[in-house]
Amino acid sequence: MTALLELEDVEARYGPVHVLHGISLAVEEGSVVAVLGPNGAGKTTTLRAVSGTVRRSGSIRFAGRPLKRVGPDGVARLGIAHVPEGRGTFSELTVWENLRLGAYTRRGSIQPELERVFTYFPWLADRRRQQAGTLSGGEQQMLALARAFVHRPRLLLLDEPSLGLAPVLVAELFRIVRELNEDEGLTVLVVEQNAHLALQAADAGYVLEAGRVVLSGSSDELRADDSVRRSYLGY
Amino acid sequence: MSAETSAIAGLRARGWAVDPGAVTVALVLLGAAIFLLIGCLRSATFAQYTVQGIALGSVYGALALALVLVYRATHVINFAQGELAMLTTYIAYELMLKGLSYWAAFAATLAIAFVLGTLLQVTVIRPVQHSVIAVVIVTVGLFILIDGIVNWIWGGDFKSMPSPFGIDSFNVGGVVISHLYVGMVIVVLASVVLVWALFRFTKLGLGMRAAALRPAAAALVGVRVDSMLAIGWGLAAVLGAVAGLMAEPSQIFLSPTLMQPILVYAFAAAVLGGLESPVGALVGGLAIGVSLTLIVGYVPQNYIGTELQLPLAFAVLLLILLVKPAGLFGRREVRRV
Repeated sequence: MTALLELEDVEARYGPVHVLHGISLAVEEGSVVAVLGPNGAGKTTTLRAVSGTVRRSGSIRFAGRPLKRVGPDGVARLGIAHVPEGRGTFSELTVWENLRLGAYTRRGSIQPELERVFTYFPWLADRRRQQAGTLSGGEQQMLALARAFVHRPRLLLLDEPSLGLAPVLVAELFRIVRELNEDEGLTVLVVEQNAHLALQAADAGYVLEAGRVVLSGSSDELRADDSVRRSYLGY
Repeated sequence: MSAETSAIAGLRARGWAVDPGAVTVALVLLGAAIFLLIGCLRSATFAQYTVQGIALGSVYGALALALVLVYRATHVINFAQGELAMLTTYIAYELMLKGLSYWAAFAATLAIAFVLGTLLQVTVIRPVQHSVIAVVIVTVGLFILIDGIVNWIWGGDFKSMPSPFGIDSFNVGGVVISHLYVGMVIVVLASVVLVWALFRFTKLGLGMRAAALRPAAAALVGVRVDSMLAIGWGLAAVLGAVAGLMAEPSQIFLSPTLMQPILVYAFAAAVLGGLESPVGALVGGLAIGVSLTLIVGYVPQNYIGTELQLPLAFAVLLLILLVKPAGLFGRREVRRV
């Protein structure tokens, strides 16, 4: 198998509440994979199961290595960057400190990474001393993405990047994700409510309902599927 | 227009975002500084009290800073912080008995304090850290345990340690300033600046700040949050050790109750500063030190004697909690959605 990330029969629960009932999915190296589904389907929890921020069972393998006993910080050190829902930026710290934290697992100078990030987000360079909390919601989302990118992950977990953003910013964000994927070979697993956008950016997708995968396929296949069109694309 | 509102308007006109509360605090502090300056220029006795207050206050500030470090990371007050400082002072005493020079013992004690603080976090705090109340109870237990251990090993009688700065003094225009007070302030400030620089300029410090601010988000970028908390306890113990070692010569003798009043002053200082603010802890420590020294110096003994210094500190604590619970430098919770 060439899959970078492989989930097999993964279950997860918050206390007594069972959220994932046996999710299986695979993310090929160098691909963008979208996870679609209604609220409460377990999309966010699927990402959290990978990064170890929720109690999970079943098999999760990253680059062939089981993640079962690895905590969130260990997962990050293996090369997985998770941009959580609500961004996870440190609003009390400066833009530069946020970026520096993105590269926390890296040794030595992060100057080359910063330079590269500034080519995608040039405005960040001028505002590196600014407190992250004073940025607008869209800017903070971009900062979260930039921070994940400074990490130079092998796999990027992106949770609802469009949440609360203006459509033009959402489009910009997905354009950058696609660009990073094409230019740098970054593998991305993205959870998104906006199925239209997500399928445009993704190579393949999974549809979750009530903690189970109900449908999967390439983006084209999913776009052509009647139920996906009715439920998520709205035509 | 009051002085305060015009000051705010002036700063706003220059494009500054100004929090009215911060201006009030700045004006109060400025007023206090001017009061002290005038007092010192007019009276040598006043100046002497002030210098003594600053020296004692820097010790309170160092211990308050230790409390703030732990509080920022875990939102828990470490009630054993003072006793830990007292224990490390006894360790320094023992090292000197074994023949180490003062400053060699000082350095060794700081290293031991770091290890001790870290180990305590790992062994007795971490297992219960999911519950704030459990951690508080454990720190109270530590207080009693350390007190017992010190009494068992060294006994309750007074010990004397060599003075680090001698007994000489400077004479500045009629004001007698002992080397001890100057030394205390320098040592405390140097330690505080070092700890501040660690937090501000190193990757480790950034990781510690991130872990304290948002543990879950910090873990996601690869910060070992548990290790950061343990190191935070270690650093707090180091600051406590500095406070203990600098408090000892000002109390003249070393006894197991060395840090108990100082812990109360440090509480008052930390609360006055806002509990979350390292700068606040220091300023709070100085404010408590100077005002207590002046009050005890000037109010006749039959009104407020040294015996009433502790209740006075509690009164200050109560007053701050009633009037300005966020303290001088505390932030109100403001969150952008």
